[in-house]
Amino acid sequence: MPMAADEIADLIRAALPDAEVTIRDLAGDGDHYAARVVSTAFAGLPRVRQHQLVYRALGGRMGGELHALQLETAAPSIGE
Amino acid sequence: MSDVTSRIDQLVKAKPVVLFMKGTQLFPQCGFSSRAIAILDRIGADYDTVDVLADQEIRQGIKEYSDWPTIPQLYVNGEFVGGSDIMMEMYESGELKQLVGSETQA
Repeated sequence: MPMAADEIADLIRAALPDAEVTIRDLAGDGDHYAARVVSTAFAGLPRVRQHQLVYRALGGRMGGELHALQLETAAPSIGE
Repeated sequence: MSDVTSRIDQLVKAKPVVLFMKGTQLFPQCGFSSRAIAILDRIGADYDTVDVLADQEIRQGIKEYSDWPTIPQLYVNGEFVGGSDIMMEMYESGELKQLVGSETQA
């Protein structure tokens, strides 16, 4: 079952309340997404740890019902 | 350590640069694995690949080993580096070439 973009964003925001989440549906098929997530929770963490926080927010759906999610994470830059 | 974990441990440490992927270097079976191969080839890395499609136990086990839900997965010197998105970011910033280059020469 494909997931809706809103559902993905809601799950991420539920786990990372300050997150700024931008989702793009890459293929228009509801199955291949790209997400950019900006959150203070990422500050000082290596990329692997940042992505793990997002995957954890998705609660095991990644790699299952959510087949493809290109992920880009960042901490907000100062002054943003 | 379970059997799968120790098998994965051996695979991860068999070479300085190891890519767990779907399919083989010549015939990747997934776009993300294909992209990972293209990145490693572009930086001239000397690496081993492990086809997770050929072994269900490894396919499941590697996700738990690294706490990472997707394939491909890159390991350098026994350490999990990331999946294809992180590889692409590190490739673009030059970090990957630096990391892989230094491990290959070591």
